[in-house]
Amino acid sequence: MKTFAMGGVHPEENKISTAAAIEEFPLPQSAVILMNQHLGAPATPCVAKGDKVKVGQLIGKAEAFMCANVHSPYSGTVAKIDTCKDAFGMTKPAIYINVEGDEWEESIDRTPDIKRECTLEPKEIVDKLKEMGIVGLGGATFPAHIKYNIAPDKKAEYLIINAVECEPYLTSDHRAMMEHAEEICIGVSILRKALGVPNAYIGIENNKPEPIAVMKAMAAKFEGIIVEPLKVKYPQGAEKQLINAITGRRVPSGKLPIDVGCVVSNVGTAFAVYEAVQKNKPLIQNILTVTGKKLPSQHNYLVRVGTTYNQLIAHAIGTLPETTGKVISGGPMMGKAVSNLDGPTTKGASSVLVIDEGEATRAQETNCIRCGKCMNACPMGLEPYLFSSLVKNRRIEEAGEHNILDCIECGCCFFSCPANKPLLDEIRLGKNLYRGILMAKKK
Amino acid sequence: MSEIWTAVLVLSIIGALFAAVLYIVAQKFKVVEDPLIDEIAEVLPGANCGGCGKAGCRAMAEAFVKQGNMEGLKCPAGGEEVAKKVAALLGCTPEESEPQVAVVRCNGSCSNAAAKTHYDGLQDCAFANSLYTGESGCAFGCLGLGNCVRACQFDALSIDPESGLPVVDEEKCVACGACTKACPRGIIELRNKGMKNRRVYVACRNKEKGADARKSCTAACIGCGKCQKSCPFGAITVENNLAYIDFNVCKMCRKCVAECPTGAIHAVNFPPKVERPAAPPEAAKSEPVATPAPEAAKSSEPTTPNA
Repeated sequence: MKTFAMGGVHPEENKISTAAAIEEFPLPQSAVILMNQHLGAPATPCVAKGDKVKVGQLIGKAEAFMCANVHSPYSGTVAKIDTCKDAFGMTKPAIYINVEGDEWEESIDRTPDIKRECTLEPKEIVDKLKEMGIVGLGGATFPAHIKYNIAPDKKAEYLIINAVECEPYLTSDHRAMMEHAEEICIGVSILRKALGVPNAYIGIENNKPEPIAVMKAMAAKFEGIIVEPLKVKYPQGAEKQLINAITGRRVPSGKLPIDVGCVVSNVGTAFAVYEAVQKNKPLIQNILTVTGKKLPSQHNYLVRVGTTYNQLIAHAIGTLPETTGKVISGGPMMGKAVSNLDGPTTKGASSVLVIDEGEATRAQETNCIRCGKCMNACPMGLEPYLFSSLVKNRRIEEAGEHNILDCIECGCCFFSCPANKPLLDEIRLGKNLYRGILMAKKK
Repeated sequence: MSEIWTAVLVLSIIGALFAAVLYIVAQKFKVVEDPLIDEIAEVLPGANCGGCGKAGCRAMAEAFVKQGNMEGLKCPAGGEEVAKKVAALLGCTPEESEPQVAVVRCNGSCSNAAAKTHYDGLQDCAFANSLYTGESGCAFGCLGLGNCVRACQFDALSIDPESGLPVVDEEKCVACGACTKACPRGIIELRNKGMKNRRVYVACRNKEKGADARKSCTAACIGCGKCQKSCPFGAITVENNLAYIDFNVCKMCRKCVAECPTGAIHAVNFPPKVERPAAPPEAAKSEPVATPAPEAAKSSEPTTPNA
């Protein structure tokens, strides 16, 4: 069975919410929609205070190049256009909506019928993705229309669908595949058509035998979709590692997947693409896991964008257990601790993970013993211990020469370090500082 | 025997040739350096703090010699003493300038801005700043992880364990500005030392609206504008919900300090106020207006060499 060649670790899987079927999350009374839920510049609000909006109506227009449209997930009145503190306390432009009823735009097909035929041309598909504000749901929230608009001098050979879900705890992709296999396969066919590639590969780790079986059975009914079970190893769900696992190719330093003829999208994105292209439904909902070892129940919800973390927790489990140490948005390896539970969820949110105090506290840091475990674990072949000392002494340009920007921030080095050194923190800081240096040099 | 003579002869010729080549090259690529550079570099403190904006003390010495005078060049670490010495070497008069000191413009102490979250990541302000707002929830306040303390070459900064904020040792601070660059939130500012070391400043950088600012810190500037109205000299501007006192205009009458509803305006090194209930308002007003300008220039000069 295939896997990627270099590095990687095996964290405890903890997929305890796999059995929880996807439930629709109830509507809140008022909601806040952030204008930058994607990588790049924020969208520009195109409604005014007091306007009536419907579900699926465009409320934030993408005007910059690196930007995505934002649609209203609720019907009601625009209360104000202001700023809002997101889950990490950062102030961002946002639209406040008082929710009234649940009235959808007429153009959205809400019937449960599955529509298989797609008559759009590749160019029209990409335009549709842009119109519907589709972004990559694997975590980076990269606007899909930019990814699928291939430069004329590049050629896509492989479409890779990321259903690896290598992060511990997360089960939203697992449940999506179990419950929406056909829609996902149609979405994959649409993306395949947009790129004009013969085959699409769906990579799934073999700790998910049920989704593999379901997807294999469904893919057999479609042309050019191959389900590829992969040997479990974290971070297989990282773009470059998945490309290496499936095609054997390696993306050179500083290059993009398209430079080796690959385009990678998440399985959640494929589902969103199906809904956008076939059902005219913008990206206003996503599947979110609410999980944690000490929680009384585990959930997978279909949540409208803009639901706050507090609402999710209150509905799922009532109150947080007293011993809660951290609430994380995303997985335990790459996710970020939420410091403001009143912050709204965004398009890219994949989970609310409640970690117990004992597990959330970092162990005491000791000195580096030069054991080299971080080097062996690094899936990019970098030297984390070296970055650690270079960044500490602010020798940032040297760190840049050792390709610090290649780091994918998977956290394998920190996970494997016996001295508990905050290697990833230091590398992230180094990356930020080095990017600053590069920007200053450009000017 | 003749072999020996041949060898001696050949080696001598080779040696003479090489000597000639070395001489020609040395003449051709000769670098003439003004000896004055060495002399000035000797006078400069040699801490290479970068406070002057140059790469180090030697680069500063080169800049002095290149320019021939001291206009626009200042060694903040050396202060007046060094300036006099450099001026003597250059044969010009030292530039007059107000001595400055680093001022921490945040009052988000542990009691004013209570921690709502706990941070146990890398103890580095620049990293914590890129990650989130900070334990109090204020996106403009001090993170207290000590980047400024590590940047200070003169041991003038320390984190007060009680308040969690950096404290400037005014005796040691040379106003080199290293801490102002190290702080990712731009909290530390170089301000004029002022008469008798007295200063009035807004100890807050929060640009949020009043209610939001108060949520994270009880001592935050809420941008109410009361200080602006109370200032008889127009030294205070309120922009983006944040007041700023221009130290070049401020006459230190301290009217704004009493007006501020959150106590965000700090007045330091003033003697404790004596409560005089029936103080004639005219006299109080006219005194600071008429006298401080000439006095400030006089009194600040002699204090600096000791500092």
